[in-house]
Amino acid sequence: MGVLYRAHVLVCGGAGCVSSGCRAVQEALKSELAKQGLDKEIKVVETGCMGSCDLGPVMVVYPEGVFYRKVRPEDARDIVQEHLLKGRPVERLLYHTSQREIIQQMEDIDFFAKQRKVVLRNCGIIDPEDITEYIARDGYEALARVLTEMTPEEVIDVVKKSGLRGRGGAGFPTGLKWEFCAKATGRPKYVVCNADEGDPGAFMDRSVLEGDPHSVIEAMAIAGRAIGSNQGFVYVRAEYPLAIQRLKHAIAQAYDYGLLGKDIFGTGFDFDLEIRVGAGAFVCGEETALLASIEGKRGMPRPRPPFPANEGLWGKPTLINNVETYANIPPIILNGWEWFAGIGTEKSKGTKVFALAGKIANTGLVEVPMGTTLREIVYDIGGGILGGKKFKAAQTGGPSGGCIPAEHLDTPMEYDTLVKLGAMMGSGGLIVMDEGTCMVDIAKFFLQFTQDESCGKCIPCREGTRAMLDILTRITEGRGREGDIELLEHLGTTIKDTALCGLGQTAPNPVLSTIRYFRHEYEAHIREKRCPAGVCAALVHYEILQDKCKRCGLCRRSCPVDAIEETTEAELVAAGVGAAGADMQAAGASQGAISQPASSPKRKPLFINQERCIKCGVCMRECRFQAINRC
Amino acid sequence: MAKVKLTIDGREIEAEQGSTVLEAARQAGIDIPTLCYHPAVGPSGACRVCVVEVERAKTLVASCVYPVAEGLVVKTNSARVRNARKTVVELLISTHPQDCLCCDRNGRCELQALANRLGIRTERFRAQKPQREPDASSVSIYRDQNKCVLCGRCVTMCRDIQGVGAISFAYRGQRTLISPSFEHGVGEVECVNCGQCTKVCPVGAIVEKDETGAVWDALDNPGLTVVVQVAPAVRAALGEEFGMAPGTSVTGKLVRALHMLGFDAVFDTQFSADLTIMEEGHEFLSRLKSGGKLPLLTSCSPGWIKYCETFHPEFLDNISTCKSPQQMMGAVIKSYYAKAKGLKPENIFSVSVMPCTAKKYEARRPEMRASGVQDVDAVLTTRELAKMIRMAGIDFANLEDDDFDSPLGESSGAGTIFGVTGGVMEAALRSVYEIVTKKPLADLEFTQVRGFEGVREAEIAMGSTRVKVAIVHGLGNAGRFLAGLRPGDSPYHFVEVMACPGGCIMGGGQPLSLEQDVAEKRASVLYQEDRNKAVRKSHENIAVRRLYDEFLGKPGSELAHKLLHTTYGERARARVEEARRQAVIGAAGA
Amino acid sequence: MRSLAELEQLKRHAQKELGVRGIGGYCRATFIVHMGTDGIAAGAREVLLAILDELKRLGIHDCRVTQTDVTGFGMKPPVVDVVTPGHRVETYTGVSPEGVRKIVAESLVESRVAAV
Repeated sequence: MGVLYRAHVLVCGGAGCVSSGCRAVQEALKSELAKQGLDKEIKVVETGCMGSCDLGPVMVVYPEGVFYRKVRPEDARDIVQEHLLKGRPVERLLYHTSQREIIQQMEDIDFFAKQRKVVLRNCGIIDPEDITEYIARDGYEALARVLTEMTPEEVIDVVKKSGLRGRGGAGFPTGLKWEFCAKATGRPKYVVCNADEGDPGAFMDRSVLEGDPHSVIEAMAIAGRAIGSNQGFVYVRAEYPLAIQRLKHAIAQAYDYGLLGKDIFGTGFDFDLEIRVGAGAFVCGEETALLASIEGKRGMPRPRPPFPANEGLWGKPTLINNVETYANIPPIILNGWEWFAGIGTEKSKGTKVFALAGKIANTGLVEVPMGTTLREIVYDIGGGILGGKKFKAAQTGGPSGGCIPAEHLDTPMEYDTLVKLGAMMGSGGLIVMDEGTCMVDIAKFFLQFTQDESCGKCIPCREGTRAMLDILTRITEGRGREGDIELLEHLGTTIKDTALCGLGQTAPNPVLSTIRYFRHEYEAHIREKRCPAGVCAALVHYEILQDKCKRCGLCRRSCPVDAIEETTEAELVAAGVGAAGADMQAAGASQGAISQPASSPKRKPLFINQERCIKCGVCMRECRFQAINRC
Repeated sequence: MAKVKLTIDGREIEAEQGSTVLEAARQAGIDIPTLCYHPAVGPSGACRVCVVEVERAKTLVASCVYPVAEGLVVKTNSARVRNARKTVVELLISTHPQDCLCCDRNGRCELQALANRLGIRTERFRAQKPQREPDASSVSIYRDQNKCVLCGRCVTMCRDIQGVGAISFAYRGQRTLISPSFEHGVGEVECVNCGQCTKVCPVGAIVEKDETGAVWDALDNPGLTVVVQVAPAVRAALGEEFGMAPGTSVTGKLVRALHMLGFDAVFDTQFSADLTIMEEGHEFLSRLKSGGKLPLLTSCSPGWIKYCETFHPEFLDNISTCKSPQQMMGAVIKSYYAKAKGLKPENIFSVSVMPCTAKKYEARRPEMRASGVQDVDAVLTTRELAKMIRMAGIDFANLEDDDFDSPLGESSGAGTIFGVTGGVMEAALRSVYEIVTKKPLADLEFTQVRGFEGVREAEIAMGSTRVKVAIVHGLGNAGRFLAGLRPGDSPYHFVEVMACPGGCIMGGGQPLSLEQDVAEKRASVLYQEDRNKAVRKSHENIAVRRLYDEFLGKPGSELAHKLLHTTYGERARARVEEARRQAVIGAAGA
Repeated sequence: MRSLAELEQLKRHAQKELGVRGIGGYCRATFIVHMGTDGIAAGAREVLLAILDELKRLGIHDCRVTQTDVTGFGMKPPVVDVVTPGHRVETYTGVSPEGVRKIVAESLVESRVAAV
């Protein structure tokens, strides 16, 4: 304290930027600052995720708020000498729009400007390892108000009226859950945070824990007060070492400041918080499996009722919410339920964080008000489809969700409309697919995931997803049969109706929703043995377009399995290779001879031996004359 | 208990608050099919075969765990329900081996019955799973994981009820299996051989290690004298294997069948039960007098012995040094009987028929060779004996009664009740009381030690001494009981422990049953036989007295010790070292 | 943590540190030092450090010190712009480290009164 830094350089320390090398950038920056004698006037801060993961490593220089992206350690010299010393932002590191327009300020970039941050309010702005920075951002004020000015009933009332619904997937009203738990008679009671984020591609919970761990700690203490519990557990997956480290650090700091432990704010309220590390089973995100895992048992779900609110950890009343849900609590308390209920739609209040992934220009984390349309997210924030291709569908809700096709791009993203479309909010994964995506293949991908992650307890999930996967596999391998689509639908609806837990009950969704919107693609695979998107390897083949082929032999040399062979003109005609061959014959008939334009007459024609071809596509990439066709 | 009204299949039904839809339906005569539910292990909601439609519920619900509620409207037989159940079972059998014809459970398999009941006639989802070698590492239990339907009954039984936890679920998804730690054989881990898993497995995935082949071979070998002993609990349950109602006594038919199978002599383990009381009673009294280690813990149940050696070695000195009745009989056959008949021990093939799979293991303990060779050569479970009887074409239900052979076939009623929890204690009390007080007992039936409560205790005045006893059955109860006990400082003098819940009548080798009150019915057979006996106290068994007079001398004599007593030793818990090594390998791999 | 007041105090203190990031809202004045080549040659860097020192000496946290590469045509370097609320801009030219104290005092005089 006491030292006034004239500038703060905030280096994103989210796991995305860590993987792209932000730590080295930070080190380079610090040593350059020291070298220039600026280390006493400029502070380097590692923050949590700023959201724009595909631009990483990213950083923001304050007070100007200049945003740099894709920073390498060797850029540190220019940032220090040009920007921090002379005030000249380093242009080559600034953000460019797709129109090549340069943008200096973070808040002017569409990706950031169109978001509304409630959950991620502190991520990328504060140092997650410094509790005072959280306090500077109104941290722990909500807890103080709850403890000193509100009754537990009033707290629950505020949460209920805010309209907050669980952000873990199902969207159960949070206030109602708190009320059930408060009314439960067992003692002691527990507060649990589900940070076992497992949907492929979703990482909002990780970002909150890494970037703003105190918001979860504060919210859990508030929940403890509201339901009458003095013990909390955060269940984090072991795959999140940075989140665990920062949370540990934050919990220790909260204890140091008396914000956890005994007699918080002198009100006599005690609250202890411990971390439990999960070993990476997807099913442990299911609440009853998670509780079993905390108890030290194998993470297997059990039937409900009884619900955890009545019989949870060790058979005691347990409140379990996910990270994002908790992160909403302090601002709701501070700003009032009216404020929160004013954001979003009638039945889905507040904001939602989405993890944008797939064939989209800007990938990363975005937070928008509930009810924002898919179009706004994909085009205004996400910057549209990569390579100017056409949007085909978006998968929401990860392996439990479904796809939303182009005709529903203007659908508001809220719990109930998504369910109506056969998709679901889930934890907020949003995978964008373009016209080059095969929907059968995508369905197979998600089903493979749930099939692998099924805990093995109930038959519909364990055996049913496997049976569905078998059918999908044979469809994508060209062995699909008439009736397979109906069989998939039958299995899918039965699994939804009979599986023990949410994992199984939602596992068929990706298949059912792709059948719903893209049935013709399934039919093409089954009836025509054709993959319209050209993805399913068994259903595509490569052939040489003889009229374009220069017989240069490059393809032949690059083929890893020697599948490209020489032949004679006569054989070529006799074999009638593929559609191209037939066309040529037809053309030849009209011209009276087989044309061999522009190719070397000394070399023999080439063709692809289909039996040997492994469909790797190398020949097509190597060919300089677009003479190889994939169909 | 408060009652609630609900509607099942259009019928208004009253059910107890807190009961499940399955219980309510079955009480009303509506049978909902189940697979993972077993009365001995309770519901788990895993298999989804018992799903029913509940009005306003989003999905179907598992009736075995769904609680009844006032006004609940349930359909157990709608198209939606039938279709779901059928599909679930179709999925289950899609990877199940199709070798039903040569499966141990052929014709008695719950999955077979279920598939038949649900009308499954085609296979829509057949797929191949990678096959695994069956686990033949245990002398008691044979596991074929390929047949496992992952219902989890065996895991619940082993871990939650028996408190052993030798097997558990491992891996996920299609790789899920039930396995001992690190996929060891079940004979290489803490398994105590109680065989309760074999009793709850719905299919042929866990069965007893079959010894019928060895017994047939011995019977066919003219150079061997083949003798057999039969434990009390066998006669209380064997009839069930032949379609008789639980609770039917088949003692006479059992002896007849054994003679018909070709055994040279049919002896009664109840004889050596009486002998056990003589030795154990003597041991108890001498510990009581000389200030030896108390409480004395009974030693009849080999599963319990192995459990104590493995999990509670601090109590080994408390366990009676008496061998179990099976092993006493084995030792007596190859010494006293051999001498009387002029036979060499190695020319006798001694078979025992037991309600128990742990007896197979006990017979092979290195301590059990008092005669110089293995005292008991082969151990058949009740189920295996039934197989042999069927194989021999014997019309069991219509057999005439027959009597045990002398001299080792004589027994008192005290020996009979050994087969039910509390029976050993009651038998001991009958003798100890009379020895201590030197007065005849007015009422032989110690009803305070009877019943099926997991832990029972009683205090009996014997003259000036008050003897405090406890009865524990089921190893889970035993574990909890011992946890509350300190070896040197306990209020109890004498404690009976049986590994299996219910005692031997519910042993791991007994006929399988899905009935709720089968334990009570089997117990009633033994208590009735006790009442019918002329001699009801072990120390009044003439044949036992003659054995002492002619051969052993007195209870606790040197020869008695050599033949009838044994020692115990601490057993290593499963592979702690190995667990560490695996963890290191795992970490390095990650 | 014993009370809400204690938390408030900690918060105010912490916000001073984070004023640079616009956290805590209010900024009394922004000192913009012209760091063009001519400026640096004329001692702009020393002026910048002197501003920092002076703010530190006065214990003032809710000010920003930043720099620009703009060259003020016809102005005598070093040049310092002071922006105060309402976007009032005062430009000082030919600033020496010794003159900084006066600039700071003039810029903050109203605010200081308010702060006392």
